Amino acid sequence: MRGALAGRAIFVGVAVLALVVMPLLLEPFRLGLLAKYLCYAIVALGIGLAWGQGGMLTLGQGVFFGLGGYAMGMYLKLNDAGGDLPDFMVWSGVDRLPALWEPFRNPIFAIAAVLVVPAAVAVALGILVFRQRVRGAYFAILTQALAAAMVILLVGQQGLTGGTNGLTNFFDFFGHDVAAEETQRGLYIVVAVVLGVLYLAAWQLVRSRFGRLLLAVRDGEDRVRFLGYNPATVKTITFAISAAMAGIAGALFVPVVGIISPALLGVVPSLELVVAVAVGGRYTLAGAVLGAVVMGYAKTYFSEELPAAWLYLQGALFILVISLAPKGIVGLLRRRGHEFA
Amino acid sequence: MSLLEIRNLSVVFDGFRAINGIDLTVEQGELRFLIGPNGAGKTTLIDVVTGLTKPASGTVVFDGRPLAGLREHEIVRLGVSRTFQTSVVFEKLTVLENLDLAASFRRPLWSFARRRKGTSEMVRKALATTGLEELAEREAGVLSHGQRQWLEIGMLIAQEPRLLLLDEPVAGMSRDERARTGELLTTIAEDHTVIVVEHDMEFLRRYASQVTVLHEGAVLIEGSVDEVGADPRVQEVYLGRSREEAARDAVG
Repeated sequence: MRGALAGRAIFVGVAVLALVVMPLLLEPFRLGLLAKYLCYAIVALGIGLAWGQGGMLTLGQGVFFGLGGYAMGMYLKLNDAGGDLPDFMVWSGVDRLPALWEPFRNPIFAIAAVLVVPAAVAVALGILVFRQRVRGAYFAILTQALAAAMVILLVGQQGLTGGTNGLTNFFDFFGHDVAAEETQRGLYIVVAVVLGVLYLAAWQLVRSRFGRLLLAVRDGEDRVRFLGYNPATVKTITFAISAAMAGIAGALFVPVVGIISPALLGVVPSLELVVAVAVGGRYTLAGAVLGAVVMGYAKTYFSEELPAAWLYLQGALFILVISLAPKGIVGLLRRRGHEFA
Repeated sequence: MSLLEIRNLSVVFDGFRAINGIDLTVEQGELRFLIGPNGAGKTTLIDVVTGLTKPASGTVVFDGRPLAGLREHEIVRLGVSRTFQTSVVFEKLTVLENLDLAASFRRPLWSFARRRKGTSEMVRKALATTGLEELAEREAGVLSHGQRQWLEIGMLIAQEPRLLLLDEPVAGMSRDERARTGELLTTIAEDHTVIVVEHDMEFLRRYASQVTVLHEGAVLIEGSVDEVGADPRVQEVYLGRSREEAARDAVG
């Protein structure tokens, strides 16, 4: 009981810090960085659900992040272009708007696509893969291959997707100048609130009977089958939720950072987020979120100070955490907490 | 109509006939023991009934419904529940949560979005029958070997199955634990149909009534404990080796 109360107090404390203190404290550039990390934290929350709670090591969340990001990017591009073609299409010699782009003129369609497309892809993949009882390393490799394939697909379709450059040069975001300080501040608040709401929803899910069932699937998939449940269904639903979260994160990322491109959603960014979740502590949702923010800051700091060392440091950190502290930062903090209690 | 009818069942693993033309009928309300030396096909038989292993030929009919082609969880939904030799409980969940998951499998999955409120009738009954009330809020990971087996049996009861299959429920148990498991089994058998695979002859003598002896993938004999115990073929299969060993000891 005391644990639940402490958890609530921490949540409120972090919410006040994020929504009140940070916007006052940070200059616009730094606040923008934090907004970016919070977008990653939303993806990490999904990884925490799928991997930490459900045992599905997904190395391809970038795919879903990208689907959400491109859906939002397509709407913004069309909105900026007015009735004309988006700028990059003109440069690529495209003279008619591709049919795929047509419905993204509608902002409601675009926002729905942010949720529905990643979830649908995850459901299709889940039905194919989990029914065949593909799991563990095989599932991990499969998702990673998917991320690699997605990059190739995007890069190859210059006229349709902007190729390597992706979608960028946005001006207007639902009637606001996307580059303006006020818009960016507002976007930061939106990202923080969305993260908070999704966190509470995920927390509720973990505590529900479904969450118990998910843990059971993680620890004894075959036993669950002999209790009369189909583990494939449980895993597919969870995977779809984590995909939708990554899609939302991608959609928020686009106006915050101003670009979505293949380099932001391939194998490397997908892996970086999994490492972040491991570092923060994959068995708790708070650990996943914390890991994404900490690793985001670490990456920025070391890329500024010691750019050559960051990759090695990241790898070393991952190995250290997996071998010495499998419960991550949260696990270490809890152990300290118990010593003092 | 019999609850379980197995006809001319064969299972082949890489050319090895693990089960070779078994016929077995279990009536509603029966407590049936399946015994036999190692490799006789006892566990394989349970695996086939529960859908884990596909037979090479023959039929398994449960309550008039052929089980061929059904997946594991679908067979459970028809009312067939089983335990495994190595007990598998969910260590990170409490005893109560383990039982609750077992009891909830008929609920629609969308209702799982809500938190468990209170304890259902079936779960309370399973807790009382297995005597695990005091441990209800503890994580299953802390349970002893015996308690895990009882929890597993409790999870079966909570599912309200029409046929229970227990695979060596007393393996690795202490004398006291065996006695308690025996009592538990007797209680369950009052209102359930149960098939028990067991190695332990002493346990068998105390708690069994109807026994089927398997040997090299086929039914050797079926009958009461006394009939089976008196049969020379059973003595040969079971005691043959120990008699030789006794002889060797005497000579040596």
